Amino acid sequence: MQYRSPLARTRGLGSAKTGTAHWWLQRVTAAALIPLTLWLLLLMELSFHAPYQQTVQWLASPWNSVCIIAWIIAAFYHAAIGLQVVIKDYVSSEGLKIVSVWMVKLLFLFLGLAAVTAIFRIILVG
Amino acid sequence: MVEFTLPKNSVLKKGKTFKAPAQAKNVRSFEVYRWDPDSGENPRIDVYEIDMDDCGPMVLDAILKIKNEIDSTLTFRRSCREGVCGSCAMNINGRNTLACTKAISDYKGKIKIFPLPHLEVVKDLVPDMTHFYAQYASIKPWLEAQTPAPADSERLQSREDRAKLDGLYECVLCACCSTSCPSYWWNSDRYLGPAILLQAYRWLVDSRDESAGERLDDLEDPFKLYRCHTIMNCTDTCPKGLNPAKAIAETKKLLLQREQG
Repeated sequence: MQYRSPLARTRGLGSAKTGTAHWWLQRVTAAALIPLTLWLLLLMELSFHAPYQQTVQWLASPWNSVCIIAWIIAAFYHAAIGLQVVIKDYVSSEGLKIVSVWMVKLLFLFLGLAAVTAIFRIILVG
Repeated sequence: MVEFTLPKNSVLKKGKTFKAPAQAKNVRSFEVYRWDPDSGENPRIDVYEIDMDDCGPMVLDAILKIKNEIDSTLTFRRSCREGVCGSCAMNINGRNTLACTKAISDYKGKIKIFPLPHLEVVKDLVPDMTHFYAQYASIKPWLEAQTPAPADSERLQSREDRAKLDGLYECVLCACCSTSCPSYWWNSDRYLGPAILLQAYRWLVDSRDESAGERLDDLEDPFKLYRCHTIMNCTDTCPKGLNPAKAIAETKKLLLQREQG
């Protein structure tokens, strides 16, 4: 038997007053990835076909390293928000939802840091 | 959690078949979802064969004919029979629509009639709308103004401002759109769904309303509003030809304008 009124159940804990920033950033990062992916394709082309030293030299030029790092940040942020959306859509158990959303956030933060560190190691250490 | 299979007690069984009269020449068959809460049995599909030469043109006419002449146990909601009240919203051949404004001739072959998807069924074609109406009440669907109305006239509105309500005020709250939305299927406990969000936008853009800020505060939530992923089933199915997806997109734009503008 439900003793709470339907309106009380609907209102629940009220509005979280967030969501707009995530929604907007998902679109901004998507748009940013369109030009930035060009640099990723160039890097992949070099990685597969050019000698190691030439690839490092290309990556060490400021313009290229900034664009590659920007790609990493945009792509990992976009992926983290995207997966968070999927989890919130399909997982309704509150505990599992919070834990899995944070696992995704931390995982992509970790992967992003690792990727950026790798770039610096390559261009500084070679 | 998302459910991809029906629970055991919801699995459909074959039901009875009601044959058309022997002399009937123009027969069409209607497969109708039946469930009786008192019987303890699973839902079943009853087949009604109807002589179309002795039946009105709309799907609701066929349902009324079944109720009046073939099987009086069939339960459904109807009232205005002209698409204004929204009572006879149901799923016909896989698409939510109003039975009263949908012509039988729009379909070929069998016509399958089910209650609106993913709502609890009260009986046969009658779904439980309690939560849907509570969600409607939660957006305060009335004009909120601090300024008192003029003593000797109405609150005036320019023609341009009135035009902003076109495509919104026509909504009859039949719930066809909300119950066609996968986001609403999975998260209707918190997600308001297209119908209620269209109604919320109707008050957001009303030039006489003075509570747009509070309304946006209440909507800005990962679940209440942002479970909408522009799937567009709502706009696709709306029997009144309205565009709830656009109303939701405009609401998101208002929030963005408030935050980033």
